[in-house]
Amino acid sequence: MREIDSEIIEKAVKELFINANYYLGEDILEKLKCYRKLEISEIGQEMLDRVIENAELAAKNEIAICQDTGMSVLFVELGQDVHVHGKSISDAINEGVRQAYSEGYLRKSVVRDPLIRKNTGDNTPAVIHYEIVEGESIKIQAMPKGFGSENMSAIKMLKPSDGVEGVIDFVLETVKKAGSNPCPPIIVGIGIGGTMEKAAILSKKALLRPLSEKNADGYYADLEDLLLSKINNLGIGPQGLGGITTALGVRIERYPTHIAGLPVAVNITCHASRHKEILI
Amino acid sequence: MYNKITTPLKDNIVNELKAGQHVYISGKIYVGRDAAHKRMIEQLEQGGKLPFDAEGQIIYYAGPCPPKPGSVAGSFGPTTSGRMDKYSPQMIKQGLKGMMGKGDRADAVIAEMINSKCVYFAAVGGLGAYTSTVIKSLRVIAYEDLGAEALRELEVVDFPAIVAIDSSGSNLYRTEPGKYADKFDINSVLSKK
Repeated sequence: MREIDSEIIEKAVKELFINANYYLGEDILEKLKCYRKLEISEIGQEMLDRVIENAELAAKNEIAICQDTGMSVLFVELGQDVHVHGKSISDAINEGVRQAYSEGYLRKSVVRDPLIRKNTGDNTPAVIHYEIVEGESIKIQAMPKGFGSENMSAIKMLKPSDGVEGVIDFVLETVKKAGSNPCPPIIVGIGIGGTMEKAAILSKKALLRPLSEKNADGYYADLEDLLLSKINNLGIGPQGLGGITTALGVRIERYPTHIAGLPVAVNITCHASRHKEILI
Repeated sequence: MYNKITTPLKDNIVNELKAGQHVYISGKIYVGRDAAHKRMIEQLEQGGKLPFDAEGQIIYYAGPCPPKPGSVAGSFGPTTSGRMDKYSPQMIKQGLKGMMGKGDRADAVIAEMINSKCVYFAAVGGLGAYTSTVIKSLRVIAYEDLGAEALRELEVVDFPAIVAIDSSGSNLYRTEPGKYADKFDINSVLSKK
């Protein structure tokens, strides 16, 4: 049994959220630059130039890339041989979020109640997905998730007979409907299988795989490429003002499902796809 | 390539702004988003006035990050304008000549833009860090309790934007994407892996 002080978790979470908001991942910057070379729309080229310039400026000035510093989403893989002492792990995570958004000058974007809508003032509570795994360590993936893109996400319970064509149609329909709103170029996370909530969680988790990494399964790697091709042939382009750069990547995660079902969730993130992780 | 414009906007300037033009905006602009719009419209419906004189002005849909010590503004990019569609026709009737945010607008908003001569500027979504550098002064003018959603007045110099929908209703979001459909070759990115 390994003992971990909750303060270590607190500090790690704080740094993850500040760093994620200030420093865009190299994989995303690289992809933006790659598409800048390929983009044929003049407005699209200009948009991509500005987006790249903005990310570099944010890193240099240590300021949030985008003012929507998101709702704080975390994926935590907790080793079953770890004992956290001090605060509860959830309290420690929320304290880390609180400190990050205050000390990092990030926007507090969370309301206590979805209908009454009073701001909590510190960006808590976070949305935390726990998984108990083997071992003596804790892996924390932090993702400040902006809502311009979150609002454009969707889920559908397809029939098994809809098959892969049904999945493709639903993904394209969702991206088309999103149009200019989610700040394209976007990254499209897709969760296929499981139950309704499992598909939704997988679609968010899919967004964490670096753009430089192919899907480990050949069938799904091909499906990702096919979807990317179809999405970038929609013409939506950077900021929805036309062009070939609508998506920088498509990421699929799947899970076994029921004989009667084919759940599909599509979670969209903007070009400021922010996430950082740590292994404690 | 960039047209420089200064607020408040006069009708003759508004009429000259055409969809697709790049502009640098300078002068005072007003900032409000979901919650501030809800309150402004409630005030109007109760027979009250807006907290600012909207005549000729631009409203920018945004909710900023707090500024770091020593800087004027924090990250300050646009939010999705579509959420303000419900309120915009009434706001335009108060004399607004410009709206700025990201994403397409509803037909009812565009109809009122044509009717009252108003333009819609697209700021670049996600351009928070850059935008903070063109803001020279900032003050909260109403609804301070709304925090990031409070109504603000900014003084900006060369704020970059594109005329996305002009006062005749010409709309880049509807005219442009069709031109680039089926022009992407997946092999151009696969070969770079």
